[in-house]
Formats: sequence, structure tokens, C-alpha cells
Amino acid sequence: MTQYLIRRLLIAIPSIFGISIVLFVVLALAPGDPFEELATNPAVPPDVRAALRQSLGLDDPVHVRYIAWLTSMLRGDWGYSFVSRIPVDQLIVQRIPTTLYVIGLSQLVALAIALPVGVYAATRPYSIFDQIANTLAFIGFSLPTFFTGLLLILLFSIYLDWLPFVYRTNIEATGWRWWWEQFRQSIMPIMVLGLFQGAAWTRFVRSAVLDVIRLDHVTTARSKGLPEGKITMRHVVRNAMIPVVTLVALQMPAVFGGAIVTEQIFRVPGIGSLLISAILANDTPVIMAVTFVFACLVIFFNLLADILYGWLDPRISYR
Amino acid sequence: MQENDLLGLIGRVRNGSMSRRAFVRRMAAVGLTAPMATQLLAMTGAANAQSTAAGVPAYGGTRRGGGGHLKILYWQASTLLNPHFAAGTTNQDASRVFYEPLAGWSADGTLQPILAAEIPSIENGGLAQDGRSVTWKLKRGVKWHDGQDFSADDVVFNWEYARNPQVATVTSGSYRDVNVVKVDDFTVRVEFPAPTPFWADAFVGQIGMIIPRHLFRDFAGANSRDAPTNIRPVGTSAYRLQSFAPGDLLRAELNPNYHMNNRPFFDSMEIKGGGDAASAARAVLQTADFDYAWNLQVEDAILQRLETAGRGRVNVIDGGNVEFVQLNAADPNREVEGERAHPNSRHPAFQDPAVRQAMALLIDRQALTQHIYGRGGPSTPNFLNNPPRFRSPNMRMEFSVERANQILDQAGWVRGSDGIRAKGGVRLRFVYQTSVNSPRQRTQAIYKQAAQRAGIDLELKSVVASVFFSSDVANPDTYTKFWADIQMYTTTMPQADPQRFMNQYVSWEMAQRSNSWQGRNILRWKNDEYDVAFRAAEAELDPVKRAALFIRMNDLIVGSNHVIPLVMRPTVSGSVNNLRHVLSGWDQTMWMIQDWWRQT
Repeated sequence: MTQYLIRRLLIAIPSIFGISIVLFVVLALAPGDPFEELATNPAVPPDVRAALRQSLGLDDPVHVRYIAWLTSMLRGDWGYSFVSRIPVDQLIVQRIPTTLYVIGLSQLVALAIALPVGVYAATRPYSIFDQIANTLAFIGFSLPTFFTGLLLILLFSIYLDWLPFVYRTNIEATGWRWWWEQFRQSIMPIMVLGLFQGAAWTRFVRSAVLDVIRLDHVTTARSKGLPEGKITMRHVVRNAMIPVVTLVALQMPAVFGGAIVTEQIFRVPGIGSLLISAILANDTPVIMAVTFVFACLVIFFNLLADILYGWLDPRISYR
Repeated sequence: MQENDLLGLIGRVRNGSMSRRAFVRRMAAVGLTAPMATQLLAMTGAANAQSTAAGVPAYGGTRRGGGGHLKILYWQASTLLNPHFAAGTTNQDASRVFYEPLAGWSADGTLQPILAAEIPSIENGGLAQDGRSVTWKLKRGVKWHDGQDFSADDVVFNWEYARNPQVATVTSGSYRDVNVVKVDDFTVRVEFPAPTPFWADAFVGQIGMIIPRHLFRDFAGANSRDAPTNIRPVGTSAYRLQSFAPGDLLRAELNPNYHMNNRPFFDSMEIKGGGDAASAARAVLQTADFDYAWNLQVEDAILQRLETAGRGRVNVIDGGNVEFVQLNAADPNREVEGERAHPNSRHPAFQDPAVRQAMALLIDRQALTQHIYGRGGPSTPNFLNNPPRFRSPNMRMEFSVERANQILDQAGWVRGSDGIRAKGGVRLRFVYQTSVNSPRQRTQAIYKQAAQRAGIDLELKSVVASVFFSSDVANPDTYTKFWADIQMYTTTMPQADPQRFMNQYVSWEMAQRSNSWQGRNILRWKNDEYDVAFRAAEAELDPVKRAALFIRMNDLIVGSNHVIPLVMRPTVSGSVNNLRHVLSGWDQTMWMIQDWWRQT
């Protein structure tokens, strides 16, 4: 097991390295620089702009810039944001709590919907409940988050005027009022992300459970006279969870990506909106850092899924 | 009317033998607009208002504080609060909440003192007769937010800081060529290498925000970006910092020691950043969750619909920005000395004035305003539109396909079998490029249709904005390279003085390979009279004569039809009904944030 872990981690190093090269080259080839806005401003002479570019090292050849980035990264220095001139790691650390709060809750909501609904629908296939759950799930994952987001804003903020649609990090209230305000402003983004994810997972849980419920060991358990609830929990769900865990783990980083749009719509100051504004401002160090974090997350969650397999299914061994 | 007559009349107003109203009437009789006439008076010192600029409305607040919370929404978030590093509008605006310049530009393009005790003029001895220096008297008793005194040392420090190449500021262009001398603790003199009519650049407006010496002194070199005050500003303004999350939220509270009476009105304020323009408009105009939304680049039809909710209004503030079309003077399709659109080449079709005149007749500017831009784009015949004292009365807009056809027929451009005109092997088939932007693509379509009816074929091309406006030397599609026959974009005029704006057509500014296409004359147009007029305006100290020179320059470039102005682009913002603010097209949104108040 330990050996396996070490081997996997060693394999991860060249892939992370390769990813960083690809990212850096793509960003270097992309047009534009962080001082675009100065270009159309006649009050700023072109040579001032050229000097600024030079001071940030933008005129150096790509490989020189990459090596500079890599060496400072290895030393734990994430570099400075071009546009805000503060360390990139500070920027990211500032955003993590909000992202974890919104994304984390939405994932919990998604699981809280997908698991019971999926399992219940699978134990009674083609019943009325199953039909309704299926239909809703289809609708749920066919609608993209930017669309449901706008829809919810129109309904709850504009017509009903119940919920705010601008997420604020400075709620001036204490005690239960603070919780209430926080709930009011985060319910829409959490629901948009949670329902979308939940719909997709419901379908998946249902089919995974259906696959298992027909197997012989379940029939055996039934003929032993075990109560139905125990059969479902002990003999069906646990076995059905293996593919579900893979999916959830592999989708975790993608969820950060999906949140980019939602964060932009609701002005949630998370990692996603940091990435968007960095891309718009051509702020290479920030784009590089955030995408790099995403890449590492993918690799990490892959590893996590593989390890969880062994726990769920002791027949899988690591060599 | 000759300049001498004009000067005589202004003299009579000044010594009282003629009323201001009579002067304005006389001006109107010879075709000068009323705003232009009053501005001439103001600029020559004949107007009485000196303590406050004419473009600033009276402040309605009666005491400091008690106004509650002010909520401002920007769809781009500020990331940095040092005005000398602020590359974009959002950061400059956010910095202005805390820092103040000596003076700001009001809506009508006149100066309003802020940290200065008065606006320098020849009458009060602030301006040197020879135009080689300007002496600023500073306000006394101004304190930084941390309690330290503001003095001339701070002003001089800002000059040293901004011009230091190691600090790499974006404002260095305005400071590196001047010399700043401390006269006494509350007087500084800015010295120019040559007579300078546009003296209000350093220490004024968005370039002029003053940062404190005692906090930046140790960070005035290569370590400038390590300064903690880059994101935790200590300024002189009406609001001091509470908290700042880069890219998200800025909070500020009332400064109890502010140097202007009864100001500010609000106890606290915030600027929330991020999102998009349309939903920002909604949050102010429709739900009134926020009090003010910046730069609403949203279709006017949508804004009008949101306004019907009755909670907010749209503010349209005039500036100098203009959306215009350029007809290339050089030939983009032939290489001279290995360079496309070489300044020495001539465009095969556009060297004929008839073709250019026809092109100018083929764009329906009224339709652009009516169907595309609305209040965000009044049509204009001039390249230089504002401040009103520089607006030419001589240019006309005309849309007439018949006249265009007539002119082309007369000039010998004959329609071929495919309906496209040609002459001597040159066909009127042009590549028309602009950036990807929905109103621009619609304008292109309107232009193409009309041109087709006159036997001119326009091939439409649109380039992603981040490429089009980049300075990437390797990219062939940038607007500064202009490797197309026609192009269209908005040129901005951040200052109330047209000198930097009008250098876009002087011959020594041509964008070409030798300067990595960084020259301002993208059109590669050359006209000796224009060059002479520009040089004269650079040294002309008489504001009236100088205005006449700029008007002449406008008439030369627009009259050549190489430049076809389409619509002005005023700044459009939204605010709730009871918010009273002071906005200006020549300075930043926050330039008079201390005067904002709420009517109840």
C-alpha cells in the first residue's frame, strides 16, 4: 500500500511538470498583456508601457520566463500578480474559504439529493416515484448553470424581490441575523450548483444500484430472510458505491470549473471569479497559479478515488 | 470672426463695458455655441467664478456624517490601491476614494481645486507669463488619515516617486520631463523645459493623486511593490480605509478630520466589484440594491426598460471619446521596403479625394444613434468634440447615397459587370476591420449596405478585442498596424486638453516598424499645415488662439475625409433616484466623492 502510494506520487511529478509547461507555453502564446488599457490611453506614452512590460520580465523569451517561474515555484514563491502587485498565494488563500463554503455546501446538497433519491428510485424501478425522479433529473442536468442562475435571479430577486443577487462578504449583522443574511445570499448559488450536480448524480446512483440489486448475492440475502432495509444498505449500496465514488472524486476539480460561471453571475468572490478576472486582465502569474492548482486537484482526486476503491472493495489490491 | 476681434470683445467683458450675456449673443451670431463662448470667458479669466469650477453643482449636505451607507457597484473589481500603479480605470477610481490630487477636472473641462488652495492663473501669479512654470499654493491644515500633516514635501516626493524608472509607475509620462521645486512648506513650483500651455497635467486629475511621503519613502525603488500601503492606503480624502479584498470588495468609513466643511455626507461606503454590466444595471435601476453602478455598457433599449421601474436613472456624461472610421492613407496590400502600409506608400483608392468623400457620405450616423447606440452615442461630425470650447462649428454630417454615386461617377470610377466600381485597375473593394463588439458589427453591416448601393464592396472583418488592441508586435491584426483599408474603433480622451488627443495625426508620430508600431499616427496621414498648427498649439499660451488652432486641426483631418467621426461615446452610469453626485467626463468617477449626498 505504502509502496503503491509512493509510486503514484512519483508518477504525479512528471505529469505536473508537463502540465505546467503546456500551461505556460499556451499563456505565453496568447495575445495581450496586462497593460492593454494603457495602450488606448494617450496620456501614457508607449515607452512607459514598454518599460512596464520590461520591469515584469514580459519581454524575455518564453523558456527564460518559464525557468524563472519554475525555480521560484520550487522555492515556494508563487510570484506576484501583475495587476494587483501582491503575492499570488495571498490572493488564492483569500478566496479559498468562500469557494469551499459555496462549493462544499452545493456538493453536500447534491449528495443529499442524489443518494436517497437514486437508491429509492432503483429499489422501485419504473414506479411513479422513479418516473418523476427521472424526469426531474433529466431537466436538471440539461439546463446549464448560467441559465438556471439567471432564471433564479429573475424569479426570486427581480419579480418576488426575496433574495439578493449580489453576494457580499461583509454582512453587517451578528448572531442569527448574520446567519439568516448569509443563508439568503448563498441559497441561490448553492442551489444552482447543487441541483445541477445532484441531478446528474441521481441518474448515476440509480443505475449503479440497479446493476447491483439484480445480482445473486442480493437474492441470497433475501432468501435468508434479512429485512429489506438491511439488504439495501449492507449488500446493495455499499457495492454500488464504487463507481459513484469514482465519479464524485473525479468531478470534484471539474466542479471548481463549473463554479466559475456561477461565481461570476452571483459575484461570489471565489477561486473561479479570480480566474476569470485574471484571464480578462492577462494576469499570467495568477492564471498560472490557479490553473496549476486545478491540475494538482485533478491528480490528487484521482489518487484519492483509487485508494477509496480498496476500502470499499477489499478484493482490489494495490501492487 | 478674427481672433483679434474676439480678444477685443473678451477684453470688454473683462473691464465691464459689455455684459457676459451680450458677449454670448454676439458669439452665437457668428456661429459659436453658447457653451463655447462662456468657456472662452472662463479660460481667459474673465469669468468671476474662481473658487469653484462652473461644472460643479452646489453641495447639498448640511453636516458631516449621518448619511448612512453608500453602496457602489463596479462590474470590474479593483485589485490595487496605489494610483501610480493603477493601470485600469477601476483601480484608479478605487484609489481616488482615498487619495486626492491638487485639482480635478470638472464636467465642463475647467479645473476645481482639491488639495490646492486656488487654481493657478496669470492673474494670481500662479502661471508664469512665459509658460515655463506653474506655482501651486497648497491648502493648509490638511492631514493624512494617520494624523500626519500634508505638505509640499509630499508633493515633491510624488514627482520623485513617479519618475523613478525603478518604481515603474504608469504615471511616469507626466512627471519625467518636468522639474518640481519646493518653494516653501505650502508652495511647489512645476518647471517645464519649454513654454507649456497645458500645464495642468502633473498633480492634477487621475495622474495627480498624491501619496504620503512618510509611508512610501522606504519603498521608492525596486522594492516599490512590497509596500504594504499599496493595498492599505493612507490618504487625505473624505473616506479612510476599513478593509480591502483585492478583486472583490473595498470598504471605507468617514474621515472625521477631512479638510472640507460638512463633508462627507455618508458614514461609510463600499465598492463591490465583479459580475457583468447588465446585472449591475439591474441591481441599481431595477432593484435598487446598490446606489450607483459604473460604466453601464449595455444596450440603451435595455437601460430604458430597466428605468421604467422608477427606482433609478441613467447618467450620460460627455467626454471626448469618439467612435470613428479611418481610411488608410498608406497601402496595406503592398510592401515598401519590406513593410506593409509603409508611411511612404499611398493607398491606391483612398489617395483620390472623391473616393474618401463618397465614403464619408455613405455612413448614416443618425441611424447609428437611433438604432444602435441610443443615449450612449450621439452622432457627430467632429473628431474633437469636447470640451465645447474646442468644438468646430464648420463640419457637417450628410448621408446621401445619390451624392456619393454622383461624385464617384464624376471622378471616373465606373461600375464593372459585378457592380463594383473600378478605375485604372483599382477596384473599390475594401477590407473593413474592427474589434468584436456587437454595436461595431452592426455598424459594419449598415455601412456595407450603403456602400454596396454606391458600387463599393466592403469585406467585413472583426478581430477579438484582446488581439486588436494589443501591442503585440508579432500579430498582424492589431489596430496600430492597420493592415486593412478601413478600420473603426473608439479613441479615448482622458484629459480636458486636446494636445495629447490631437497628436494622433502629426507626421512624426507615424506608427511603423522602426517604432514597433507604437506611434500614435496609426492612419499614417501627413499634412504640413496640420503639423505646423500642432507645433503652434504646443507653444501657444493664449487660450483663445490655442482653441482656434485645435479647431483648425479638427477641420483639416475631418475635412480630408481620411477620418470619419461617427458617434461620441459619453460615459453612461446608473444611480438610484435620491443619490446626488458630481460626475465629470474629464476626471474619474470618484473625483468628487466628498460631495456625494442623498436627498431624502
